[in-house]
Amino acid sequence: MTQQQALYNYALRLGDNSLILSARLSEWCSNAPFLEEDLALTNMALDLIGRAQAMLKYAGEVEGKGRTEDDLAYRRGERDYYNHLIMELPNGDFAYTMVRQLFVSTYELFFFEELQKSTDATLAAIAAKTLKEVKYHHLHAKDWVIRLGDGTAESNARVQKAVNALWMYTGEMFEMDHADTMLLKEGIAVNTDNLKLGWIQMVTQILALANIDLPADGYMQTGGRKGIHTEYLGHILSEMQYLQRAYPDATW
Amino acid sequence: MEQAQETLLREFEEKIECGFAIEPKDKMPAGYRKHLIRQMSQHAHSEVIGMQPEGNWVTRAPSLRAKQILLAKIQDEGGHGLYLYSAAETLGVSRDELIEQLHTGKAKYSNIFNYPTLSWADIGAIGWLVDGAAIVNQVSLQRTSYGPYSRAMVRICKEESFHQRQGYEIMAKMMAGTADQKAMAQDAMNRWWWPSLMMFGPHDSDSPHTGDAFRWKIKRHSNDELRQKFIDKTVQQAEVIGLTIPDKDLKWNEAKQCYDHGEINWEEFYRVIGGDGPCNKQRMEHHIRVHNEGAWVREAAEAYRAKQQYSKNA
Repeated sequence: MTQQQALYNYALRLGDNSLILSARLSEWCSNAPFLEEDLALTNMALDLIGRAQAMLKYAGEVEGKGRTEDDLAYRRGERDYYNHLIMELPNGDFAYTMVRQLFVSTYELFFFEELQKSTDATLAAIAAKTLKEVKYHHLHAKDWVIRLGDGTAESNARVQKAVNALWMYTGEMFEMDHADTMLLKEGIAVNTDNLKLGWIQMVTQILALANIDLPADGYMQTGGRKGIHTEYLGHILSEMQYLQRAYPDATW
Repeated sequence: MEQAQETLLREFEEKIECGFAIEPKDKMPAGYRKHLIRQMSQHAHSEVIGMQPEGNWVTRAPSLRAKQILLAKIQDEGGHGLYLYSAAETLGVSRDELIEQLHTGKAKYSNIFNYPTLSWADIGAIGWLVDGAAIVNQVSLQRTSYGPYSRAMVRICKEESFHQRQGYEIMAKMMAGTADQKAMAQDAMNRWWWPSLMMFGPHDSDSPHTGDAFRWKIKRHSNDELRQKFIDKTVQQAEVIGLTIPDKDLKWNEAKQCYDHGEINWEEFYRVIGGDGPCNKQRMEHHIRVHNEGAWVREAAEAYRAKQQYSKNA
């Protein structure tokens, strides 16, 4: 693997993570528990599309084959998508979506803090912009998890159920492969090993405030980095790519 | 007592006559308040229900940019719903009551959202035609006599004119595209044109609310005047990008300096208002289902707030 290929993979993966989570969050449009929250979820989805656009555009440039961000988003099959599995899981109830957002945004808080120091100027610039948005996403998710966890017996049970179900998808965020280690040497990538402790401490603290028990350590699901996904991703893509696939000669 | 009421009404109408805005704490006749609550809540509900047909294409938007624009637009509509609910609340009715009225069928929303969005071109047609028609009405409402409503309209109009341009851009792009895209765009035009004209309501001669609304300057232009304005500005826009208006009787009237149009199918209009439009049931069921599914979240937020309040006071 050349450094160029590693960088392409790296940017693509970051793009895929935001693209797929934005797809899920945007499904809340006109489905949220009340109007203000509908707007908040749409806002997060919009931030994530913006980030996906920037990352995929950069991936296309690094690849050097003339592919645009739209080509990468709309003309790749599921085996060529490299997002973490947690991003593609169906929204479930509002508690599930907020717990997922808490796990992801807490990770991103630490991740983009580091990535903005990247020696790659483009990644560093996208990271700096992203970090500002992620702080809001994190705050929003944290507030809701605490509010729901410490709300009624029903809402507490729903949050606990979501935490238990999502826990096994959190390990994947910290995985590193050949591309990561290669770019790490150049000061381009983030060493995700170093993020684990901060993540677990922050999550533990928030869940304690929410009266939620931390699940016992168990098996962590994996596969996204190799393009091996859950059954859900194919359905996200078949909807998302429908027009581009059905009318390949059209521009929109 | 009756005389006091009459004096109140006379003073109120003089104030309106002189062009003063009515503010929430001002005295106002019960009929004025009632009319406004009906109209503003209908307007708010329309913004919110309108999120559904557009939301139908969010997961299928054909490019990242298209998806961003569509999501941001729907978000704007939700925001308009919020301003309007808040403006209606200044008249002494709560958002919960307004939603209750929507669910029981006591309050209406714009008929146009009872039509389905069947292709991506429908998203263009909604922005261009539906928002285009709404703007004509809303521009007129910027000068409506109730202050909070008129101020909400000023803000809403700015955003709606963006939506209209974005919708037109979708149509223009498709009309400059492949044969399939052109066919989709024309098909959307054929399906949305007449319902858009119906958005202005019945002909002036058949409109039951016209009298008071005019005297109290809630309404500043009649249904037919507004409809005519919409047709006149839209025909040319359609021609520029090569779309045909599906009305064989449409022609320029040199003497009147405006377009004459064919007869609107009022039977369809009243049928859809009456509940038998293509999507009436789905729209309402969706809103009720989502509202009920979110009940536990609202209850939890309320329980948490009460606990915080309690520990603060303790």
